[in-house]
Amino acid sequence: MRLLLNKVFLMLSMFAALLGLGFLGWILATLFLEGVSSLHFSLFVKDLVDGGLRNLIVGQLILALCAGALGIPLGMLAGIYIREYDSGKYAELIRDLSDIMMSAPSIVIGAFVYAIAVAPFGGANGFAGIIALSIMMIPIIINTTDSMLSLVPKELREAGIALGASKYRVILDIVIKAAKVGIMTGILLAFARIAGETAPLLFTSETSNYFSLDLRESFPSLTVSIYNLANEPEKSSRDLAWAASFILTIMVLVINLVGRYITRNKHK
Amino acid sequence: MEKIFQRLSFSSASLVLLLLIGIFTTLFIAAKPAINEFGIHFLVDPTWNKEVAVEASDTTTSKSVKNNTIMDENDIMLDEDDEDSLNTITIYGGLVPIVGTILSTLIALAFALPIAMGIAVFLAEMASETISKFVGMAIELLAAIPSIIFGMWGLYYFAPIIADTFGGYQVSLLTAGLVLGVMILPFMAAITRDSMNTTPDVLKESAYALGATKFEVVKDVIFPYSKVGIIGSIILALGRALGETMAVAFLIGAVYSLPEKITDPTISIPVAMAVNFGEASGLGESALFYLGLILFVMSFIIISFAKFYFLKKVKL
Repeated sequence: MRLLLNKVFLMLSMFAALLGLGFLGWILATLFLEGVSSLHFSLFVKDLVDGGLRNLIVGQLILALCAGALGIPLGMLAGIYIREYDSGKYAELIRDLSDIMMSAPSIVIGAFVYAIAVAPFGGANGFAGIIALSIMMIPIIINTTDSMLSLVPKELREAGIALGASKYRVILDIVIKAAKVGIMTGILLAFARIAGETAPLLFTSETSNYFSLDLRESFPSLTVSIYNLANEPEKSSRDLAWAASFILTIMVLVINLVGRYITRNKHK
Repeated sequence: MEKIFQRLSFSSASLVLLLLIGIFTTLFIAAKPAINEFGIHFLVDPTWNKEVAVEASDTTTSKSVKNNTIMDENDIMLDEDDEDSLNTITIYGGLVPIVGTILSTLIALAFALPIAMGIAVFLAEMASETISKFVGMAIELLAAIPSIIFGMWGLYYFAPIIADTFGGYQVSLLTAGLVLGVMILPFMAAITRDSMNTTPDVLKESAYALGATKFEVVKDVIFPYSKVGIIGSIILALGRALGETMAVAFLIGAVYSLPEKITDPTISIPVAMAVNFGEASGLGESALFYLGLILFVMSFIIISFAKFYFLKKVKL
């Protein structure tokens, strides 16, 4: 009886794992079949207004990169502060709050940025999209920096201080260098996560059918356009949405795999 | 230089605190007109965007629009005198999106929980190291897929099958909840596995040495030991599901009506914001901010609860 129960339990667990993998396979297969059949070279040279995706891909990358340029230094500095400078109540509070913010609903962040950076300026703009994405990114970067710095042995810091280096030199030249690989991975994963975000962009940068580098106006976004296209009745729009989804997923998964590959090599 | 660097890092850390306070106050200010107008009654009012006549108006024809529930609203409305010049007012109530959010999250949880537990047990206890690594990575990749992809896949591939099996509409509470469940599945499995892995090997080995089967080890050793962490991860996944927009937006139907059956379409708070924000203005926009504030407070409470009571010892 015990052995039978055990068998049943193990079968169920195995079944659950297969089901999970099945869903992954199903989604990827759908994406691949739909995506590849709609993918065409001309998508990369034409803008959405002519039935291509060039402006959207460029726009999404610009939004994500600018958000990174804003969010990475802020997040790293904050992570350094709570790990290296302060070990008291305040650091603990910031750590907890940033953990909570990491799971905050992205649409609410979008609404917040709408209220502070869209409504006062009369319309959707690229800057607002960048702010929204960087708010999403900062807590993730803080979390990684914090936990990666905690892995750096204390002796390294002490050695630096003993050599007469000032604290910030020790942090920048020794501690950060030692934790470099982990932090890089964290940054890549954070980047992959915000690159696929839709909700914070819906009413901040919105999207545009035209190629644009002007961040003061509504800015082309791959994800928001996927949402719009997928809801249109024409099959051509839906095909375009699938192609865009395929490109987006490939981008996100490649960034993810690169991040994982870096850490794996480190741990060997 | 040292001072500058320290100040800089201190300000960056404080930015998190400021952002949270900023989000809260901004939402509150933007929601203020709707809070003043509808008060706490907003939480239980199932009407949305319905124009009704105000008592003070001189047109009698529009009074016929009224029904009993709206009469109550009018009494409240009359206390506000800033609507004097208008003879109609639009009523916004949040009950439908609030119920939709909670129900879709519960369906997602009911669907994902057993599967995630099974996956976690499989990864932590059954699979060989190579398989565990491979499956673990695949599951984590599933977590990295943008939510909008889940929405599209759900709408065009998953929903038709569900609708054929259970009847009803393709866009419904049920399909939205299930796709949401598929979405939180990898996240939940990954952190449950991490909690289970915190069980010391010595405990497990002792149990095996006593002749326990794997099932008994999981049930009597691993589960009691990592219970707190597992509950924490479930609540955390719940917090994620509450605020999810895109996967649900495709599937829930976005209609403001309370679902009578599980296969009826309805709406959730994030979807209401995503769909209606663009065309909303004035009181309507304020009502959406009110919903956003409710969602923010809800997820804040749930996540901090999970963090402080359950996950203190598990490092995520």
